[in-house]
Amino acid sequence: MAENIIVYGLVWSGVYALLAIGFSLIFGVARIVNLAHTAFYMLAAYLIFHLNTAAGLNVYLSVFLAIIIVTITGTLSYRLIIARIRQHESTTLIVTIALAVIFQEAVLKGFGGTFVSGPKLISGETGIFGVGVLNQHLLTFGVVLLLLLATWAFLMKTRTGVAIRATAQDREVANLMGINVPGMEMITMAISAALAAIAGALVAPLGVLTPGMWMHPLIMILAVVVLGGLGSLKGSLIGAFILGFSEILVVFLAPSGAFLKTSVALTIMLIVIMIKPEGLFGIVFEEERG
Amino acid sequence: MKIVSKLAIILLIACLVMMGVSCGDEEEANELKVGVIGPMQFQMGEHHWMGATLAADEINAAGGIQVGEDSYQIKLVQVDSNELVSVPDAASAAEEAISVDNVDVLIGTIRSEAALAVQEVAMDYETIFMVCGSSETAMSEKVAEDYDRYKYWFRITPVNNTALGNLNFLLVGAVAQKIGAELMMAPKLAVFAEKASWTEAIVAAAQAYLPPQGIEVVGVWQPSDKATDVTAELTAIEAAGANMIMTALSGPVGIPYSRAWEELQIPAASVGINVMAQADDFFVNTGGFGNYEMTLNSLARDVALTEKTLPFIEAFIAETGEMPTYNAGTYDALYVLKEAIERADSVDMDDIVVELENTDYNSVAGRIVFDDNHDVTWGPGYVTALGVQWQDGELKGVWPPADGSWNGVAYEGIVDYQLPPWVVEFWTQ
Repeated sequence: MAENIIVYGLVWSGVYALLAIGFSLIFGVARIVNLAHTAFYMLAAYLIFHLNTAAGLNVYLSVFLAIIIVTITGTLSYRLIIARIRQHESTTLIVTIALAVIFQEAVLKGFGGTFVSGPKLISGETGIFGVGVLNQHLLTFGVVLLLLLATWAFLMKTRTGVAIRATAQDREVANLMGINVPGMEMITMAISAALAAIAGALVAPLGVLTPGMWMHPLIMILAVVVLGGLGSLKGSLIGAFILGFSEILVVFLAPSGAFLKTSVALTIMLIVIMIKPEGLFGIVFEEERG
Repeated sequence: MKIVSKLAIILLIACLVMMGVSCGDEEEANELKVGVIGPMQFQMGEHHWMGATLAADEINAAGGIQVGEDSYQIKLVQVDSNELVSVPDAASAAEEAISVDNVDVLIGTIRSEAALAVQEVAMDYETIFMVCGSSETAMSEKVAEDYDRYKYWFRITPVNNTALGNLNFLLVGAVAQKIGAELMMAPKLAVFAEKASWTEAIVAAAQAYLPPQGIEVVGVWQPSDKATDVTAELTAIEAAGANMIMTALSGPVGIPYSRAWEELQIPAASVGINVMAQADDFFVNTGGFGNYEMTLNSLARDVALTEKTLPFIEAFIAETGEMPTYNAGTYDALYVLKEAIERADSVDMDDIVVELENTDYNSVAGRIVFDDNHDVTWGPGYVTALGVQWQDGELKGVWPPADGSWNGVAYEGIVDYQLPPWVVEFWTQ
């Protein structure tokens, strides 16, 4: 059983990490808690499904187009709506959740509510230490590692990345230094939406597509980033591992309470936050507001 | 003179309007408004609506419902309960249907939590409510507890939780026999039931009833009905050494379950209730996985439960291109209602209730007779339900056995149950 817990713990941690990276990135740079993040994930999943099945496009082309469309949608959402109210934190929260609900209703009306499976990028299973794991799970885990590496390299090694980090540290100083702050924020939003779309291509086919599929991942990534520390990519990764392993432990050690796995994971988050309110690697909230 | 002309025209228009209103009233007086309540953006709601539409069209074309000298046409009102997205929406939708749209009768719903809420609203208004989707026994228990309030409630489909539990055990027993005969081993069962009120009795009964029958229960896994990935649960079941899985799933979790079960080649035969596997498009929705899964169902494409079954299935498929699910039991509901009204010779709700209680109707799904608690009766000679299995991408009827070994019940079109080949391979090598 230990090998099952380790293998699936890693797999689930990878899933949550993939969902959390983009969310954490946009908060870290623009201080925007984008509650519509997983709605972009849902939108991408539906686009891939319908481009592949209804339009008959190749699955890889469907994924590519979906990432482009969702990135544009995310960028436009930021440019036309979020950017105008981003100074007001509470309003941003309400507006982004409203955006998510609008996307949900639009998908429900446009594509219907039939529960369907998204097309997998890779089928079959592989045995690891005697535990059968879906290849799509392994692909997700691999892509998470690659994306984390790519995001780190982008932020650390490129001029745009340095400008984004400067914006994240101090918008006013970055502005005085000639950095196009709104431009950097919009680029970050585009990257964040693209990451959500990639999650839609990798994670969504592991589950079932429903217009309400954004809600549970949103709760989990909120928990992951709060646990790890808002805005910290490293914190998000560690938060994802803690919550992923917590859920898997519940499934294997208390199977009849499997439906409680999310509650247990969230309870662990609450306990950590009670002890360390800023999260494991976050910045203290009071300082943030100042 | 001009003023007189104008007044005359106004008077004429007023008269025409009055006549129109009067005609409208007359038409409404000969209409029976039936609210079809279900999640209309989802397949379940669509099947509620289509089943009712087929019945209403047939009844209206044949002259409607006869009450004395009058003929009543059925007018359907679509009521979107949205219960799969938001359970509380169902109660407000029912309230609006009764108080604003003035429906006389409600039929439909699927989720137990929503059906229970709609039941309360309908009883508040003394409106007949015929459930076509929830098995929750708590609803019929209310009829026993407070008859005067809850007498307007009836269940058309499915059978109640207690009967579903019995049916589940019959299907489990059939597969256990097959495992014993083909694999030469004792059955070891994992219970995989979504956490919901309707599964509680089934889970408890499985743990109490099956071990004395020689079926070891290795564990109970209860994910959320909306869980999107249950691969961890399935590998845990494999690690527990189960060779059978008894399912009790009504929510979307049924799709990722079936897909991962076959894709991971879990060496345990899957049998029980998986509502998602009852639909024609299940195989498409799972991406082509779920073969050899066995589930309870009310209908199967080639199985004639009564002389009305196959014509109804053909008509439904002609309209929708899909095999009807049990939610299309709204078809039977309208015919049961029609007969009760005609026997009562009245459209008074209390008179109709008395005649609904006297129902003995040979429906699409079997003989409908209500018990004292207004539940549809389950058993040989009544509604029996079917065990169906996905074989080569098609849903086949596999239970009751074709040899009539279950209380002499045998239907045309039943085929043999097949153990999944990977299960056989795993346990025989």
